[in-house]
Amino acid sequence: MKVINTDKIKKAIYDAILEINCILSSDVSTCINEGLRVEESDIGRDILEKILENNAIAKSKRIPICQDTGMVVIFAEIGQYVSIEGDSITKVINDAVREAYRDGYFRKSVVSDPIERINTGDNTPAVIYYDIKEGSDIKIQLTAKGFGSENMSALKMLKPSDGIEGVIEFVKDTVYNAGPNACPPMFVGVGIGGTMDKCAQLSKKALLRDMDSANEKLIYSQLESQLMELLNKAGIGPMGLGGTTTVLGVNIETYPTHIAGLPVAVNICCHVNRHKTIVIKGE
Amino acid sequence: MKETSINLPLNDDIIKELKAGDKVLLNGIVYTGRDAAHKRMIEDLKTKGQLPVDLKGQTIYYVGPCPAKPGDVIGSAGPTTSGRMDKYAPVLLDLGLKGMIGKGKRDHKVIQAMMTNKAVYFGAIGGAGALLKESIKSCEVIAYEDLGPEAIMKLVVEDFPVTVIIDSKGNNLYETEYLKYQKK
Repeated sequence: MKVINTDKIKKAIYDAILEINCILSSDVSTCINEGLRVEESDIGRDILEKILENNAIAKSKRIPICQDTGMVVIFAEIGQYVSIEGDSITKVINDAVREAYRDGYFRKSVVSDPIERINTGDNTPAVIYYDIKEGSDIKIQLTAKGFGSENMSALKMLKPSDGIEGVIEFVKDTVYNAGPNACPPMFVGVGIGGTMDKCAQLSKKALLRDMDSANEKLIYSQLESQLMELLNKAGIGPMGLGGTTTVLGVNIETYPTHIAGLPVAVNICCHVNRHKTIVIKGE
Repeated sequence: MKETSINLPLNDDIIKELKAGDKVLLNGIVYTGRDAAHKRMIEDLKTKGQLPVDLKGQTIYYVGPCPAKPGDVIGSAGPTTSGRMDKYAPVLLDLGLKGMIGKGKRDHKVIQAMMTNKAVYFGAIGGAGALLKESIKSCEVIAYEDLGPEAIMKLVVEDFPVTVIIDSKGNNLYETEYLKYQKK
């Protein structure tokens, strides 16, 4: 049995949160630069250049790329041959969030109750999904998800007869509806299959995969490219002021589903797609 | 495109000249306000008959900034989605609010109230909070301090870059520009 102490988990998450809020990962930067290269509108190119300038300022001054420093979402896959020692893992994750948001001078954007709406003052709690996997390490994927784009996300229980055309139509409707509200150009995470809750989770997980990567299954990597091309015909463009760069990347994740269903979830993310994957090895 | 520099507060003469699509650099005072502050302002109007700050002729910036690092006046401060304030905006426009800065669509009631009251809606670049912060020269909390990032703050801005999205005639860039690049 390999051992991982929770101090190590806490430190890794603390460092990652401080990093992703100020420095975009290279896959996301690559997508923005590519957007600038192909954008046909002068206003659109001007906005993309300002976005790149913004990201450079954030990186050099170590200040947040966007004032909405998000709600932390964590997918933790724990190897079944690992023994976790130290404190409660959920507690240390939230401790890491609290300390990183304090030390990074990040905005605290979480309210304790959806109706009562009192700010918790420390950006906790995080949304945490635990999973058990083979192996003797812990894989943590995390994001600090902004809500301008989260609010434009949607889920629909399609019929099996709606097929791939139905999926395309729903993704298109969701992105068109998001329009200027979601801070385009945007990233699109699509979850297909599973149950209602599972496909929502997959759509979030899709945004945490490298945005310049492709689904391993051919029909889905082709669908990713097809959707990218289709969505960029919308004309919405950077900030909704017209252009050919509405979407910077589309990632799809899937899961087996029931004979009666075809659940689809579309998780929209603005151009500030903050994500990181960490692997902590057992010792 | 040329950027015009204008001094705040806005007045009807300035507003008359502002057309959807104009790039503008704002100079002067803007007040921050987002979801929680708007909700409380409308409650205050009902219960106390007044707002904590006179918004007549003023401009609201829909923003909840990050805390300032030591030595800075404010943290990153880009626009939030304006549509969430649509429920409250017509009341404030009727009270004389002249400018709103945010991002994203407005509903027809807000646009109607803008046309009736001669007001303008500016868009700033969403997700560019680090860049926009550079145009903010001072920041002072003036009401609802308990709301933290959602408190009402008085900001002094210099050459704060925005685009006129919806002008006082109701011309709306979000309705016109995407059509130019939409492909079949």
